[in-house]
Amino acid sequence: MIVELGHYALVLALALALVQASVPVLGARRGDPVLMAVAGPTALAQFAFVAISFAALISAYVRSDFSVLNVFENSHSAKPLLYKITGVWGNHEGSMLLWVFILSLFGALVALFGGNLPAKLRASVLSVQSWIAVAFDLFILLTSNPFLRIPEAPLEGRDLNPILQDPGLAIHPPLLYVGYVGLSISFSFAVAALLEGRIDAAWARWVRPWTLLAWIFLTLGIAMGSYWAYYTLGWGGWWFWDPVENASFMPWLAATALLHSAVVMEKRNALRVWTILLAILAFSLSLIGTFLVRSGVLTSVHAFANDPSRGIFILAILILFIGGALALFAMRAPLLKQGGLFAPISREGALVLNNLFLVGACGTIFVGTLYPLALEALTGDKISVGAPFFNATFVPLFVPLLMAVPFGPLLAWKRGDLMGAAQRLMAAAAIAAIAIAAMFVMQGGGPVLVPFAIGLAAYLIVGALTDVVERTGLSKLPFKTAFARALGLPRSAWGTALAHCGLGICLLGVIGETQWGIERIAELKPGESISIGRYELRLDGTTTRQGPNYREFAARFTVRSGGEVIGVMTPAKRSFPTRQTVTSETALLTRGVSQLYLALGEANADGMVAVRAYYKPLVLLIWLGAMAMVLAGALSLSDRRLRIGAPQTARARRSLAPAE
Amino acid sequence: MTRRQRRLSLIAAAGAVLVLAVGLVLAALKESIVFFNSPTDLVDKHVKPGVRVRIGGLVEQGSVARSDGLIVRFAVTDGNSTLPVVYQGLLPDLFREGQGVVAEGALDAQGIFRADSVLAKHDETYMPKEVADALKKQGHWKDEYQKKSGTTSPSRAP
Repeated sequence: MIVELGHYALVLALALALVQASVPVLGARRGDPVLMAVAGPTALAQFAFVAISFAALISAYVRSDFSVLNVFENSHSAKPLLYKITGVWGNHEGSMLLWVFILSLFGALVALFGGNLPAKLRASVLSVQSWIAVAFDLFILLTSNPFLRIPEAPLEGRDLNPILQDPGLAIHPPLLYVGYVGLSISFSFAVAALLEGRIDAAWARWVRPWTLLAWIFLTLGIAMGSYWAYYTLGWGGWWFWDPVENASFMPWLAATALLHSAVVMEKRNALRVWTILLAILAFSLSLIGTFLVRSGVLTSVHAFANDPSRGIFILAILILFIGGALALFAMRAPLLKQGGLFAPISREGALVLNNLFLVGACGTIFVGTLYPLALEALTGDKISVGAPFFNATFVPLFVPLLMAVPFGPLLAWKRGDLMGAAQRLMAAAAIAAIAIAAMFVMQGGGPVLVPFAIGLAAYLIVGALTDVVERTGLSKLPFKTAFARALGLPRSAWGTALAHCGLGICLLGVIGETQWGIERIAELKPGESISIGRYELRLDGTTTRQGPNYREFAARFTVRSGGEVIGVMTPAKRSFPTRQTVTSETALLTRGVSQLYLALGEANADGMVAVRAYYKPLVLLIWLGAMAMVLAGALSLSDRRLRIGAPQTARARRSLAPAE
Repeated sequence: MTRRQRRLSLIAAAGAVLVLAVGLVLAALKESIVFFNSPTDLVDKHVKPGVRVRIGGLVEQGSVARSDGLIVRFAVTDGNSTLPVVYQGLLPDLFREGQGVVAEGALDAQGIFRADSVLAKHDETYMPKEVADALKKQGHWKDEYQKKSGTTSPSRAP
């Protein structure tokens, strides 16, 4: 009954979405406030019904109601409660419902917090948001209905893919989806602006917090996914340039570019057309990502070949929305007046450069991800485009970007002083030079590029802090004054510094892990040891135990450094009888920001245990850097007084706000 | 600077980044892509020893032999041809006889494929796309996968 209720609620949500998609935008065209006022309540009601529907599916999973096909295929009564719930989005149908849930959540948020938007813009944005909702509600109801029943209910379910039975799955997809789908708001704002044919700096001020919110979650989601892959797959890798990863990385790059170009638009009223285009592209890349992952063209031949209706449906949504938005853009963009002149050497110029490189890098990833698909469709040749391709294209585009990053905040708006900025970065350059020299001495040979890469990271971190250090007067004034000044700085200035700093921290981790990591593979008998770096790992013995829905084979290692015991690691293999699969449970031992990493191979008949051991120096910095970016985003987001405001007072507010 | 000059400098910068990106992509496509072949393709196309390729097929029943130093020998078949493969290291959790596998590496002078990475399918309903296509092409598409995933339509390819 609850399941039917959920199904019915989704149909009602679709009906509401149809109303919201048509009535308010019509009202905006006619200038009818009554019609426009329909948007808010329907957005909230739509969210409520999707939430009921989603809750119904969760309840079916929690109750292990195997008369529901989706539950039967992806759940098991012996599964821990957490994985029963997370299993809801561990499959195609459920994850699409989560997608729509988040989409309607964002619509409701705009309805709730968009009170200070002009009525017309608000009505149009909510309508456009609802067009997307209509498309995806239909997609779920017609091709991916999670509420289908089986006539004779089986006694037991097929269980969730064991690799997905991990706390990581509880958080990673929802975070990523909030990021992905959050970009729909920027998209809706862009399309609404094009529909109205009017756009100004206030528009950018409204769009920025939403983009920032989506960006924060996208960053979190990607970082979480990366860490999850790192500890769960047992290969020690944290980024594989896998198409599924690229699908989330491309919107991230576009959203990062959008955040920066929206600053230019907000402060200087320039780059309007470009910002609109980026807003469309960022969400288009999210849709493409959804298509790549959900249509099954990439991984499972069955998902696409057995059920092409889904792939073709998403492809149709893709063409409709991306094509439609771009066509509208082509028609309306010439009407938008370009504003705000600036010299090439200026804050605007630096942000344009940032955009060029980010979009360029995004473009190379796009080609690398889709080229194999296109080639196979056209010629039938099968190729794999892997890490070597992306390293050869992405890295050369990102290095100049990273070198330019510290300059950006130091240049003035309109007309900047490059030499002045360079002088102010002398401290950063000096520290980088010291780091390079120190690395050469420490390394004594080895790859020449590594010291320079470390130097770049040091320059990036110090350079990012230069701006706030100067503005607080930390180097000149007494500490107390500097501290008071630091508190007085706008939070967005701290956000900028911290985000750029995070980039440097992340780079440091990447270099450490890829250049100094050690890998050892060995077969051991109990009592034997292997050494890796300055650590010695001794195999004490092996045990088997029974888990709730698996059997576990674990090996116990004692880790010593310089003769002293520093910890115990117990990597394991779990075998899940229902799916006849085996997963690796890696063991991690954290030393500062470095980690020891152990994964078991198969056990031999003669009692030998195969093990894969890694020493991963600085590896945690990769994710700590990402966390710094997330925190930076949150800081900037809390600086709302700069952005949220009624349009008529915008000019007055801007002159009051401290110059950035 | 006039408006025109400013605009030109912007276009020049955009053009430079575009050219750089396109150049990098073309260079990388020439050098760092790897073609996928079934064991039959490997024979038909006369792939030379030392050229990096990906191969895919089923691990032949009874072919897996392990020896000291974590060296594994197995054979990959697409039904028509069988290719001996050597790999040193730990195999993925899902590597099993009779199941789909993809390996990357190169042929040596003796015609043995020296793999430096081996990927196995993700779960029991998943088969690497290349493997399934190669098997279909060879007319050895097995329908056990469909059976497991609930549909029983016989789908032996022509």
